[in-house]
Amino acid sequence: MEAMVRIKGLAKTFTLHHQHGAVLPVLAGIDLDVARGECVALYGPSGAGKSTLLRSIYANYRVQQGSVEVRHDGRWVDMARAGPRELLEVRRTTVGYVSQFLRVIPRVPALAVVAEPLAAAGVPRERAEDQARSLLARLNIPEKLWSLPPATFSGGEQQRVNIARGFITGHPILLLDEPTAALDADNCDVVAELIREARIAGAAIVGIFHDQEVMRLVATRLYPLQVLREAA
Amino acid sequence: MTTPLLSVEGLGKRYGAQVGCLDVEFELWPGEVLAIAGESGSGKTTLLDCVSGRMQPDAGRVEFNTRHEGMQDIYRMSEPRRRLLARTDWGYVHQNPRDGLRIGVSAGANVGERLMAVGARHYGRIRDTTRDWMGKVELDTARIDDLPATFSGGMQQRLQIARNLVTHPRLMFMDEPTASLDVSVQARLLDLLRGLTRELSLAAIVVTHDLAVARLLAHRLMIMKEGRVVESGLTDQVLDDPQHPYTQLLVSSVLQA
Amino acid sequence: MNHGTAADATAGYNFAYLDEQTKRMIRRAILKAVAIPGYQVPFGSREMPLPYGWGTGGIQVTAAVIGPHDVLKVIDQGSDDTTNAVNIRRFFRATTGVATTERTTEATLIQTRHRIPETPLAEGQILVYQVPIPEPLRWLEPSEAETRRMHALAEYGLMHVKLYEDISRHGKIATTYDYPVRVNGRYLMRPSPIPKFDNPKMDRNPALQLFGAGREKRIYAVPPHTPVKSLDFEDHPFEVQTWDRCCAFCGATDSFLDEIVTDDRGGRMFVCSDTDYCRGRREQAHAAPAPVEKATA
Repeated sequence: MEAMVRIKGLAKTFTLHHQHGAVLPVLAGIDLDVARGECVALYGPSGAGKSTLLRSIYANYRVQQGSVEVRHDGRWVDMARAGPRELLEVRRTTVGYVSQFLRVIPRVPALAVVAEPLAAAGVPRERAEDQARSLLARLNIPEKLWSLPPATFSGGEQQRVNIARGFITGHPILLLDEPTAALDADNCDVVAELIREARIAGAAIVGIFHDQEVMRLVATRLYPLQVLREAA
Repeated sequence: MTTPLLSVEGLGKRYGAQVGCLDVEFELWPGEVLAIAGESGSGKTTLLDCVSGRMQPDAGRVEFNTRHEGMQDIYRMSEPRRRLLARTDWGYVHQNPRDGLRIGVSAGANVGERLMAVGARHYGRIRDTTRDWMGKVELDTARIDDLPATFSGGMQQRLQIARNLVTHPRLMFMDEPTASLDVSVQARLLDLLRGLTRELSLAAIVVTHDLAVARLLAHRLMIMKEGRVVESGLTDQVLDDPQHPYTQLLVSSVLQA
Repeated sequence: MNHGTAADATAGYNFAYLDEQTKRMIRRAILKAVAIPGYQVPFGSREMPLPYGWGTGGIQVTAAVIGPHDVLKVIDQGSDDTTNAVNIRRFFRATTGVATTERTTEATLIQTRHRIPETPLAEGQILVYQVPIPEPLRWLEPSEAETRRMHALAEYGLMHVKLYEDISRHGKIATTYDYPVRVNGRYLMRPSPIPKFDNPKMDRNPALQLFGAGREKRIYAVPPHTPVKSLDFEDHPFEVQTWDRCCAFCGATDSFLDEIVTDDRGGRMFVCSDTDYCRGRREQAHAAPAPVEKATA
């Protein structure tokens, strides 16, 4: 199957200038290819850099070495080197990211939060909102909450809004950071189903799943990460 | 579109021996919101003034993609041409709304002025367009004949925004658009700006000292210190993975409510 | 007409009071003004033997262009016999000895405050207006530097803002005198406090129209046959004042009428503001329908 993500020799280090210049290497020598229909689960202990790797693919974090290529619009784009305009374009149409916590924008209702990425991708607002509604319903968010801003929702509800927002566009590359962390068993199933459907539709997925059960359900492959020894 | 909306190269401005800004370079594309953040004295306002045509730089070039003549250096064009651009294709939102409004004339006259400046001569249609825009910025259209002094600060700021948008500018310059407002009012205005920039595909350059404003409004972020750009990238990049020591300091200094 | 002679001129003063260098300076300003219709030319306004606000600008313009063979008419609000008109006419007779007249048709040079004569002017005549505030944008933009720039760049949207405000406040453009005009399609001009009724007379007038503002130190001009258009909106077009009466003395229905209160019981009558025009009509025996009419409720 067609490769969608190509990571070669990726290394990421944090330099904390105000902590006496402490240098923290988190990732080194990462090679990973992900093809359509795959769901690669990153696993390893805390501090191994799972979240860091995910964010590096999204270009939320910068990398010091290596390349992080994604298949966008029929060509390869290196997220570690692309300019802001290209990165924004890639995020708009190709790479989606479901973070661990919903970044709450005050006073925007849940429906608008979910519909926004689809509207940004060019879909007319009416249709985007219809799709948002069906996703929210599927994720068991009660209808009376749709017109409310998620700031007052429970952790689990916020997470489900986040997931809806991440899945609505049907991006061909999906990055999921602990998508089921705050969810009960039923909603975990819904999310697992969403992941499966995306995979079948040809998405390439990279995810972090703290729940072993979920990981077994959704992952087609495991990619292990280890904590690096601290630099001298 | 293969050319950017705005292209800035090697921009520099000095005040005698004092550096206003130095070696600034970036491109802005349609629909992109760029925040320029820094503390007072960082040079962000100088930079905004240089790229918005209000102050000629000492070095470098600012080129704007005009509707009919392609990329033009804004300081090599004639003053009438530049002033026309500033009235039509660009918008400028001042920190203090009173600097961006005509206090002595009604809300409707304020919003309609730019239309009249480019030749609108039908009173009824000017009023219709004005009401439209007042509605879009969530102002009560029944107040079209009220004087700006009778509006609250937040409403005056909305009025200023409407006044700029009537000519469908493609590029907006904003100087701390919410800084002079109460915190609760700020949030509503930021919402409005966020919605409008997306809905109208506006490109915007927003100067702010508040990183939360940048996070909310901007796709891209530039951090300035002592006249130089020390870091730039996507907003989330700069705020979540700051590389430069100064950026790290700024980001860690932001208080979480 | 009073035929004056040079001998009547008061000894010890230069012809027309101003020294020759000053006249040259003013004439240069006038030439520049004529070359750029509607553009306000700054000039070195001199101290005149009457205070600002009494027509010093108009007097300086007249003094610069008047010659010994001119025939001068001076009116104030259309009338030759008010204090202002009488004094200015006497001033010029004393300092030049030129002939003066009350008849518009006989005058070569007419100085006016706040009216244009009803009798159409002819080529070769000069009309000099007294101007208090020359700058049409002053109320909107207090900065002189900025208004000059606006004129230079023809940025006149602000003037329409004023008219817009009038309509929004009063339902129509409330300005009834000193109504702003666009000269030769270019400069925005203030015609001085003439009633808007007179504005159409400025358009393509065969006479030379000169404007002098003494306190503000500006001269401007509308050369003969120049288009002068009053500002308006498409859906609120420019209109002149009309009366439902005619002149009580001469029966004219086409002149600007002054309202005169005749008694303390509400009696009033309307008469031509232009005294020469009214007399001319009466001399041609256009009798009035009835002497005095009671005001209707």
